[in-house]
Amino acid sequence: MARGIKDKVAILGMGCSKFGERWDSGAEELMLEAYKECVADAGIDSKQINAAWFSTAIDEVHVGKSGIPLSTTLRLPNIPVTHVENMCASGTEAFRGACYAVASGAADFALALGVEKLKDTGYGGLPGGRGGPLQALWSANGTAPGNFAQLATAYMAAHGVSGEDLKKAIGHVSWKSHQNGAKNPKAHLQKAVEMDTILNAPMIASPLGLFDCCGVSDGAAAAIVTTPEIAKSLGKSNIVSVKALQLSVSNGSESGHNSWDGSYFHTTRIASKKAYEEAGIKNPRDEVSMFEVHDCFSVTELVTMEDLHISETGKGWKDVLDGFYDADGKIPCQIDGGLKCFGHPIGASGLRMLYEMYLQFQGRAGKRQLKDPRIGMTHNLGGAPRENVSSVAIVGRFE
Amino acid sequence: MVGIVAYGAYVPRLRLSRQAVYDANKWFAGGLRGLAKGERSMANWDEDSITMAVEAARDCLTSHKAEDVRSLYFASTTHPFKDRQNAGVVGTALSIEQNLLASDVGGSQKAGTSALIAGLNASKNGGGPALVAAADKRLAKVASSQELNYGDGAAALLCGTENVIAKLVGHHSVSMDFVDHFRGEEAEFDYGWEERWIRDEGYSKIVPPAIKAALAACKLKGAEVTHFIMPSLMPAVPKQMAKICGIGEGAVRDLLNANLGDTGAAHALVMLVDALETAKAGDKIMVVAFGQGVDVLVFEVTAENARLPKRKGLSGWMARRKEEKNYMKFLAFNEMLPIEKGMRAEFDKKTALSVLWRKRDMIYGLVGGKCKVCGTVQFPRSQVCVNPNCHAVDSQEPYAMAGLEASVMSFTADSLTYSPDPPAYYGMITFPEGGRFMADFTDSDKEQVKVGTKMRMTFRIRDNDTMRGGFKRYFWKAAPV
Repeated sequence: MARGIKDKVAILGMGCSKFGERWDSGAEELMLEAYKECVADAGIDSKQINAAWFSTAIDEVHVGKSGIPLSTTLRLPNIPVTHVENMCASGTEAFRGACYAVASGAADFALALGVEKLKDTGYGGLPGGRGGPLQALWSANGTAPGNFAQLATAYMAAHGVSGEDLKKAIGHVSWKSHQNGAKNPKAHLQKAVEMDTILNAPMIASPLGLFDCCGVSDGAAAAIVTTPEIAKSLGKSNIVSVKALQLSVSNGSESGHNSWDGSYFHTTRIASKKAYEEAGIKNPRDEVSMFEVHDCFSVTELVTMEDLHISETGKGWKDVLDGFYDADGKIPCQIDGGLKCFGHPIGASGLRMLYEMYLQFQGRAGKRQLKDPRIGMTHNLGGAPRENVSSVAIVGRFE
Repeated sequence: MVGIVAYGAYVPRLRLSRQAVYDANKWFAGGLRGLAKGERSMANWDEDSITMAVEAARDCLTSHKAEDVRSLYFASTTHPFKDRQNAGVVGTALSIEQNLLASDVGGSQKAGTSALIAGLNASKNGGGPALVAAADKRLAKVASSQELNYGDGAAALLCGTENVIAKLVGHHSVSMDFVDHFRGEEAEFDYGWEERWIRDEGYSKIVPPAIKAALAACKLKGAEVTHFIMPSLMPAVPKQMAKICGIGEGAVRDLLNANLGDTGAAHALVMLVDALETAKAGDKIMVVAFGQGVDVLVFEVTAENARLPKRKGLSGWMARRKEEKNYMKFLAFNEMLPIEKGMRAEFDKKTALSVLWRKRDMIYGLVGGKCKVCGTVQFPRSQVCVNPNCHAVDSQEPYAMAGLEASVMSFTADSLTYSPDPPAYYGMITFPEGGRFMADFTDSDKEQVKVGTKMRMTFRIRDNDTMRGGFKRYFWKAAPV
């Protein structure tokens, strides 16, 4: 493969707004809230930033297109600002842009900032109606939960898992995230939830109930990246560097060709394999210390842990029930509470996941702090199981 | 010899319990008690006269090739479009477009028989096979007798000169502006005059002379008629007309009121299909339709009728049935209940007409592609083959998928998305020779839909663009076989 960017880029500073139903704030206030923390943490001045990447996904309830909203909100010094949108991978895309700018030598300091202000739609859930005028003529009138619920029906059929077993396993996924989220002051939902409540919740899209779905929240997160050398020269210790950034986008084979059985994410399998190669990871189940994955729905997380080559295909549900991914398990997953507790402001989520990694590596994660994590992986999944964008980032201590 | 060469029908799956309608309305209209028995057919929210006509036509064309059809007459008094050829939509859905004369026939309860006469004449005059489809989905006011008596349904007949199953013996029409009921441009509902006047001054004075003229032209006596078909909302009237004309009481066909209801402009043809399903060679069928005049047609069944390949027909569709006791659902489906649909119902349903035109075979005909290089079937058809081991460019030939049986690969019942009939069932369906897509399901219940369930494709309404005067967006949905 190409040379990759392992250890060429360091995270100099990060910031994250409080996530939730931010009736008090518009996107602009959320952006600034994340940025103020980020730039103070980085210890540089806004004028030093050479380029910025700005991620949002849902234009209808948002700040509008282009890089202008970021540049005007932060009063950036007329630098290049690129607006990126790649569905739920948008935040990670912004980060990728910034990292590539630094890795190429085009920028010493690059900013990635993602935001989404969803609570101005007037209802719960994401707005519908994406896709162009042709797709509007034929494709099912689905929603995100409806599309991901089909992952559950296909997974059960492919692996002979009973409805009861799967429901218990995905229930455990949500239970675990709520346990973790209860320890996170920036999470939208900060309350542990009983298993019975999860299992008996109303159906949203069968077999996914209310607690199988992540919330709709407002939030923003930001990162300033530089080279490890510059970070050191600024007196930084505990430097966190980027080990791999990979993105895989469906080409329509899953949705249009009968080679896919609906039970897994083709793109996640590809993106994660490439990311392990880029990062030089041979055995991820032994080498990765923690995961923040795209748990838009509980079943997504379960299947993702197989597609990231951690759980054996068709056996992920057993690992989940064994507590493998719990806070005190072998590899904690969603130690910050995940999308389940943070909600999913689309453009911000990828950066929010990296924020938790960054805090953990620096020993700043408070009550959630894990013991000596070395390698962390974040993952985003945009679209639907049949057609999607899958992004993977591996970060770790710069050693 | 010109005549009917094939028939088909369509009846929506839902059957509204008349007792349920009466129970909801008896506080106001206790006089409807006498009508509160049996059931009437009830279109699903995604059905209208176009979708029903397409289904009846598909049933009719079970034994014939759609591309042979040279003219298409679509009769209805509830065409979804006032200015846009409804028959053209039916034709495109059937994948017939080239060399087709398509025409809408409407404005009267005898539109179905008038269309049939036009079709027979076209075919007789060397015009090739003519397809006649008739469908109606009439609205009626809450607590009216029409609400109980009407039904939704469709019939289709293929007219031709080869392998005729019922040859045309003769026909006779009169047209006169006798207004028993009417529906003005601005009205949603029919307005009618007194039944006794309609019976005494209308039926009794207009129909018998027309029937007698037809019998004379056909050199037949009334007693020779084996099947007498005459729709009427007054059950005694057909019997009375038959008696006046010397037609035996035993010949008078059942009005199909008990389980179907009166399907309007389609009903004479629906009853004709009902008769043809069991008619024997030599049977004489008389079809009479009344509506600002009368059409009378006489057919003689031939030996070919017994050789016509099996189709669903009226009996098949009648056997596919689900009782509906929820009158509120009937009102909501017909947009007669200002129900809170939620903000998700507000999404803009604008159709890009340019896109629809470019892709009309794909959208209305459900025509996908088959790669000439690797043989992969795919939907939608695209320029680059979807097979990951092929990706050939410009390699796909049109591949018709509407008639194929699909099966469910994954599915859900979604309570979040807006649907007039929640939860919305949809999922990935796969076709036996390859090809798949994410399809809306219709006529589906929790008990029926599983991974592996066999599905049949059916032409339905996807959205109704009320912001632009009711542009209905049609596509194919999957329904359990």
